[in-house]
Amino acid sequence: MANYSTNEFKAGLKIMLDGEPCNILENELVKPGKGQAFNRVRIRKLISGKVLEKTFKSGESVESADVMDTELDYLYTDGEFWHFMNSESFEQIAADKAAVGENVKWLVENDSCTVTLWNGAPIAITPPNFVELEIVETDPGLKGDTAGTGGKPATLSTGAVVRVPLFIQTGEVVKVDTRNGEYTGRAQK
Amino acid sequence: MTHWQPSATVETLEIRAKLLANIRQFFAERKVLEVETPQLAQHSVTDPHLASFRTEYVGPGHAQGLSLYLQTSPEFSMKRLLCAGSGCIYQICKAYRNEESGRYHNPEFSMLEWYRVGFDHQQLMQEVADLLQVILHCKLPTYLSYQQTFIQYLGIDPLSCSLDELKDVASQQGFRDIAQQENNPDTLLQLLFSHCIEPQIGQEVPIFVFDFPATQAALARISPSDCRVAERFEVYFKGIELANGFHELADADEQQRRFQQDNQRRQQMGLPVITPDNYLLEALRSGLPDCAGVALGIDRLVMLASSNNNISNVQAFTIHSA
Repeated sequence: MANYSTNEFKAGLKIMLDGEPCNILENELVKPGKGQAFNRVRIRKLISGKVLEKTFKSGESVESADVMDTELDYLYTDGEFWHFMNSESFEQIAADKAAVGENVKWLVENDSCTVTLWNGAPIAITPPNFVELEIVETDPGLKGDTAGTGGKPATLSTGAVVRVPLFIQTGEVVKVDTRNGEYTGRAQK
Repeated sequence: MTHWQPSATVETLEIRAKLLANIRQFFAERKVLEVETPQLAQHSVTDPHLASFRTEYVGPGHAQGLSLYLQTSPEFSMKRLLCAGSGCIYQICKAYRNEESGRYHNPEFSMLEWYRVGFDHQQLMQEVADLLQVILHCKLPTYLSYQQTFIQYLGIDPLSCSLDELKDVASQQGFRDIAQQENNPDTLLQLLFSHCIEPQIGQEVPIFVFDFPATQAALARISPSDCRVAERFEVYFKGIELANGFHELADADEQQRRFQQDNQRRQQMGLPVITPDNYLLEALRSGLPDCAGVALGIDRLVMLASSNNNISNVQAFTIHSA
């Protein structure tokens, strides 16, 4: 496995820490005028999702992590695995529950997702920034009440719950921002 | 698309120009002579934590080439002037340090360095405080010894603690991986100081930290009253290391020993050995007047004066677009 020296540190570099692949978010040189230099980095652990600070002595080397992002289409789930396909090579990959995590609620068939592979195996799924999903359950809004401020909860076909305006009804398809889980409008038909 | 624009605003460059003018006026009023010394020289510092840029002169006298270093500070040349009887001198110049780039570092930066004949480090700290008040309009600074700083912020005495105690404190502060492997107490002290103390001190007014451990003396005299410490100080303000000063070492033999110690450490670290500067050693042998000197980072001073938090905002162009 290749190593990176601290001089190669920059945002986006993938390194191994405590046996887990990590993404460097920020790298800062801490160097007294007289004395040892250090690299203080902010790191996201790619499996646990934890963000932490870590300091290295400058000049040390750190094991690189074989991590790559690929764009794959979501196909279906068999309940245990979520299956994705490369639309050019038709190669398929199955991600387990740990890799899909919370984002299971944003998986829409045929949507293109970012699948993060570590040593060839999926460790994280990033859905598109916007997905369109059908509302399967929401309270009927009160007639004439269009000025409601808070809206109402609506359950989507994937199980996700988002707040929608009062005039939105069960059966409608809505567009949601997956980064913050907010309703952005009715789907364009 | 090539981003050609400067990384500092014209407004900040105006603040910078005014600040430089004020510094020159400060020293003119105090009758300190402005000097210029070479930035390219045959010798460089032996400090294992400083990496010099090296280049080559080819021309009359040196058809085969002469290795030259871009100076990491003008210290050696300025001391030769002091030995030659210049009296009090100051210099505003570029300094060059390889491997240093970040929020507070650029490999090429501006330095203010000055020497006061007849001053010790206490008197020079007072003058640095005067300068900071003129330039930054800040309030009176505070003063704390290196030893007290560690006792106050980390509950450990840096001058008497054992290596294991230092390792324990470093581990408690979240640096277990470094602490387990590191057996150099000074590296651990520098880690703790830069990560745990520096961000906390000098937030409201500048703070002078003085009497650094003798093992971090650099080119300062060892204190005649306590051989565990050197007559060295640093200035911090708002999380920024601003200046480093010494009651200057004048003993040529001691200077030569320190060069040798540095080079031994360089060899242990797998770094190139730097030939000691004989011009400096000979000058010291002829006699350096009793003096104190300090180097101050001008870019960082401008950062404070203009409320910028990145060196790229106070230099017209940094290494990223030079």
